[in-house]
Amino acid sequence: MTPVQTLSAAQIKEVIFACLKQIAPEADLESLSPDVNVREALDIDSFDYLNFMIALDAELGVAIPEADYGQLATLNDIVRYISARLA
Amino acid sequence: MNWEPIRKSREDQVVPPHLLDYAEACATFSWESIRRELSGLPGGKGLNIAYEAVDRHADGARRDHLAIRWLGREGLVRDFTYGDLKALSNRFANVLRWLGVGAGDRVFALAGRIPELYIAALGTLKNRSVFAPLFSAFGPEPVAQRLMRGDAGILVTTKRLYTQKVAHLRERLPQLRYVLLTDAPDDADDGLLSLPRLMEAASEVFIIPPTDPEDMALLHFTSGTTGMPKGAIHVHNAVLMHYATAKYVLDLHPDDIFWCTADPGWVTGTSYGIIAPLTHGVTNIVDEADFDADRWYRILESQKVTVWYTAPTAIRRLMRLEIEPRKQYDLSSLRLVHSVGEPLNPEGVVWGQEALGLPIHDNWWQTETGGIMIANYAAMDIRPGSMGRPLPGIEAAIVRRIDGTGAQVVTAPNVEGDLALKPGWPSMFRGYLHDEERYRSCFVDGWYITGDLAMRDEDGYFWFVGRADDIIKTAGHMVGPFEVESAMMEHPAVAEVGVIGKPDPIIGELVKAFVTLKPGFEPGEKLRMELLGFGRTRLGSAVAPKEIEFEEHLPHTRSGKIMRRLLKARELGLPEGDLSTLEETR
Repeated sequence: MTPVQTLSAAQIKEVIFACLKQIAPEADLESLSPDVNVREALDIDSFDYLNFMIALDAELGVAIPEADYGQLATLNDIVRYISARLA
Repeated sequence: MNWEPIRKSREDQVVPPHLLDYAEACATFSWESIRRELSGLPGGKGLNIAYEAVDRHADGARRDHLAIRWLGREGLVRDFTYGDLKALSNRFANVLRWLGVGAGDRVFALAGRIPELYIAALGTLKNRSVFAPLFSAFGPEPVAQRLMRGDAGILVTTKRLYTQKVAHLRERLPQLRYVLLTDAPDDADDGLLSLPRLMEAASEVFIIPPTDPEDMALLHFTSGTTGMPKGAIHVHNAVLMHYATAKYVLDLHPDDIFWCTADPGWVTGTSYGIIAPLTHGVTNIVDEADFDADRWYRILESQKVTVWYTAPTAIRRLMRLEIEPRKQYDLSSLRLVHSVGEPLNPEGVVWGQEALGLPIHDNWWQTETGGIMIANYAAMDIRPGSMGRPLPGIEAAIVRRIDGTGAQVVTAPNVEGDLALKPGWPSMFRGYLHDEERYRSCFVDGWYITGDLAMRDEDGYFWFVGRADDIIKTAGHMVGPFEVESAMMEHPAVAEVGVIGKPDPIIGELVKAFVTLKPGFEPGEKLRMELLGFGRTRLGSAVAPKEIEFEEHLPHTRSGKIMRRLLKARELGLPEGDLSTLEETR
């Protein structure tokens, strides 16, 4: 597990990208706008998104309950959510 | 079968169900009486699904009743009364007529759950054209296959989906005359038109032409084991089944607010996400967003949903939440919960009872049947894990196939066999488009063989056992292994592929591909990821393999076919010997 307290937004984004890459290896993540719906932009279905959330949880040690998944639609949402929980 | 039955009593029923006594309902049922509850086209000019769903309400007392409440992903809400739906679907029918689209012509839709999809479906039916929905998470290959096989002349879609999935296929689709974009303000060229512009110019007046109940109305693609997807043909008479099942199973009453969470890209989302609730004149909730547990509970609460039709995959996700839903949300309006798509495990049924205060009513049907065939009912005791009992008017049985040509009904209880239905119900498929032989092969000795294995207990409750073939059921959707294998074979490193459904606790099965590489290619993480991405790009997230494993030698039959069943047995850690008696292994 990554030492969580020291992560910057850029580092969080890097972890997010690594997790997304496992699910959608074909995705061009560099061109992903930070404020678009990630699922729609990358064609990630509900099951893949669940696995993405579980992977983020495992990589960052931030518990993301299922009830919160809906708040995590865009890259910005996810970074904000994780930053708040690491702070 | 060790779960305690869930008993029903009259006192539990806030609204008296339409079906109070199962045996009596079966004994007194007739399709003629169901037909009399529908209107028929004025002047005795036949039967049209869209007239029963929309116009008969719009022309009567329910004109201003809310027909569809659409909840946009970002919070926008759009309401459509029955009067609105009539005017808009008339406009769409006029658009089709103006474009020269006639009776029997196929109108495809590739879109998320947007209002235009619902309007297009109803307008298409009014014009006696054939509505053929495609799931928006299909990749370009499944889209192309279905458009080609279905002779698509018209496609309704969005700019994004068109660009991502269709634009580069146009050369393969010479029959596709017009693409109507729901979100383009202007026409791009002679074949790529703005739907809003066409709708604006079209009249709100449209008289539905005489419609024979046997006229083709809907084309739903479903997966096969050995070949590419097949288009199951449904006719306007299917509306009798939509109406009857919404009455007896969903138990809709005039003031109900109904929410079917299925996408119209699959048969449930059309039969029950569009048609059935509207035939009863109730309010139908449509949510554009995908599964989101908190959002779903908030919709149940804020929209005061009374009858909810959802799926095991979603129920198992809700079960992951560490909350007591009734403490956090006001679910007091909810009266009935139904589930379909794959068997709901007993734990799910009982979870409903505890968490929602309502047991979940599982039911069974498939694309070919057009409507619910076997169900649990509001007033009938539930045996958790059972799909329930056949609808009034439906004869179901367990049969044993004899020499591939005959079928014998198994009368003894609790014996596994083929789940079969006596043909003749109104929403039975009338054919697979351009594939008469495959259609005929579904019928044996006067029975329609469903492809599912089941058993029937001593009281007539049916219990699902498994599929008789290799078709994969993932998140409630059918995926044909052949379609996946064909797409994966196009990768230059791939020599051979075998695709199976790997059991998964959330989505039932996930698509898993076993890949043999061509000489000169080395298995490794990089190639595995490349193949995963390759599958997703071609097939889309709904169909693509989610797992890939390299396998140096795939097991074959003597005739050279890949033995998917053996791959599955290995995956499950079952002894291969149990399955290898009939066919040679390596």
